[in-house]
Amino acid sequence: MAEIEAIVMPKWGLAMQEGMVASWLVEEGEEIEKGEEIADIETSKIANVFESPVEGLLRRLVAGEGETLPVGALLAVVAPEEVGDAAIDAFVADFQARFAAEGPSVAAAPEPQTLEAGGRRLRYLELGDAAGTPVLLVHGFGGDLNNWLFNQEELAEDYRTLAIDLPGHGGSTKEVGEGDVGTLAAAVLAFMDASGIERAHLVGHSLGGAICIDLALNHPGRVASLTALAPAGLGPEIDIAFIDGFIASNRARKLRPFLEMLVHDPALVTAEMVEDVLRFKRLDGVEAALNTIAQACFPGGRQSLEFEARLEELRCPAQVIWGKQDRILPASHGEDLPETLEAHLFEDAGHLIHMERAREVNALIGAMLRR
Amino acid sequence: MARKSYRQAINEALRQEMERDSRVILMGEDVAGGMGAEGEDDAWGGPLGVTKGLMPIFGRERVLDTPITESAFIGAAAGAAATGLRPVAELMFVDFMGVCFDQIFNQAAKFRYMFGGKAVTPLVIRTMYGAGFRAASQHSQCLYPLFTHIPGLKVALPSNAYEAKGLLIQAIRDDDPVIFFEHKAMYDEEAEVPDEAYAIPFGEANVTREGEDVTIIAFGRMVNLANEAADRLAKDKISCTVVDPRTTSPLDTETILETAAETGRVVVVDEAHPRCNMATDVAALLVQEAFGDLKAPVRMVTGPHAPVPFSPALEDLYIPSAARIEAAVRELVAGS
Repeated sequence: MAEIEAIVMPKWGLAMQEGMVASWLVEEGEEIEKGEEIADIETSKIANVFESPVEGLLRRLVAGEGETLPVGALLAVVAPEEVGDAAIDAFVADFQARFAAEGPSVAAAPEPQTLEAGGRRLRYLELGDAAGTPVLLVHGFGGDLNNWLFNQEELAEDYRTLAIDLPGHGGSTKEVGEGDVGTLAAAVLAFMDASGIERAHLVGHSLGGAICIDLALNHPGRVASLTALAPAGLGPEIDIAFIDGFIASNRARKLRPFLEMLVHDPALVTAEMVEDVLRFKRLDGVEAALNTIAQACFPGGRQSLEFEARLEELRCPAQVIWGKQDRILPASHGEDLPETLEAHLFEDAGHLIHMERAREVNALIGAMLRR
Repeated sequence: MARKSYRQAINEALRQEMERDSRVILMGEDVAGGMGAEGEDDAWGGPLGVTKGLMPIFGRERVLDTPITESAFIGAAAGAAATGLRPVAELMFVDFMGVCFDQIFNQAAKFRYMFGGKAVTPLVIRTMYGAGFRAASQHSQCLYPLFTHIPGLKVALPSNAYEAKGLLIQAIRDDDPVIFFEHKAMYDEEAEVPDEAYAIPFGEANVTREGEDVTIIAFGRMVNLANEAADRLAKDKISCTVVDPRTTSPLDTETILETAAETGRVVVVDEAHPRCNMATDVAALLVQEAFGDLKAPVRMVTGPHAPVPFSPALEDLYIPSAARIEAAVRELVAGS
């Protein structure tokens, strides 16, 4: 049994090659728990807290604050008290020598693919090749398949996972038809048909959550389970200022406050994250697509589709997960739901619950998939 | 999405806009190559192969090899723009622009104003600029300040392949004459470039780094050097904001003033000669509009007021470097 354990730079999402230790939240000599927040790490895409993958006595902080290191580089060392300092020194020296020789083992990032479905080109990212019912990940308004960067790889360890770009989003066709939830749900169903998926576990966020609820209600035979993260469709309220601001803001400084509405801790939003959204919004056809969807789904600043009355019809295992500080869709929509839909509400979390609470959300999705 | 070179990004922008709009035509010296002569068609695709492959798709009617007479074909392009086409003319090196100043300064730039707003001139002139190519003083200048000076012209300086595609598409869709500056040392530099068409609006700066200590405003190829300097300085806990204005006309003065006010210290990096260049222009803006926000004098990092030397050793010294930017930032931080 290895007494000395290494804590290394995590890999968040497909594109991450290196990260910067912005600050340590623990000190040498502290006992740390698995899952405890031990550091703030920033990548070019996003900043987030790093939760310890191990438990034990923190003996050595190897990476300094402000230091940028490749994925897999040594950040800290955990070992019981009886291990001598010399042994820790030797462990660090040995790790660093091997890491320097072998280099960071960042595998080539898997590339998204496209397929034709229902008259549209849809882009998707497939990870994991486990047999059994696959998992379909459906992003929300203005998002894309990269929104699952803290979730998909972990789920892919045990499941075949497919994250798709909805029509009008990411690398998919920007034509969205009527732009309503029914049209978008039909596009997801066409994607399942085209890729030969008879039945899938559905995980959807926000507008994608409404799409997944629609599919679970109207095509129960195709849906093995439902996880809806801060879904639309469970009440009339929405902060339409976000939708309007997201569509109208074409400069980083104007857009940023709207993106900050998505999270409880605005420090999560980095300059590059803002630029990535702008890059999406600049693509030909995107503004029209977003306007069409917004007008169909949120006319007059209210949600047009309410599933509450039909939730008792749900036949598959189903759960909703919500951050209580969600500023876009109120978490109150996740309260007082019928027994067919389990609710999990988190304190100190906003609309991007799958990013802000990735570990807990992944655990809840994993538990749902294992049922 | 894939990594594409600056050259490929420009080629893709031209192809997509030519597919989208049949009024878009290309003209210039050897933009295909071989017109009216025996031998290989599309042998050149421009002096550095940027337009290669477009003539076989769109034909000789839309990809025109011109004689080596800049005054004639730039004039023809301006006239074609005024009468309904959307020409993209390639004028090899910006250093040669002098022979057609009348066509550009007095004709194309003035049509909208002199015809009472009733005429539009959707002309794009693509041209190479910049030192580092061992091409001596007549093929290495950064003349964008001259064009920025003329009301009626728009001037774009893409700093990487992503910017090049989006700014060129905007230039082609724009109803005013645009001088589009391609740095000749950047054609092989790669970036993530979407396959789909997209336009980057003019006059909206890109903030490529966000910091608290110093604001670096850099133009064209200098943006990459500024980013490099900022990343190195970050290791010493000096955090810099880097601003890429993207276009010098229109100029995003709002972002420049905001980011300058946030740090109070500004370095302006411009490869052009130091008199009447973008660095002096930005410095003047800051002195007039943001004097109270400044904690230190504005620093300029530019080439010297001398022609670009032919000696490789001297040319390398001539061009502003990341090290010089870094030194300027350190001086500012140390001095205030």
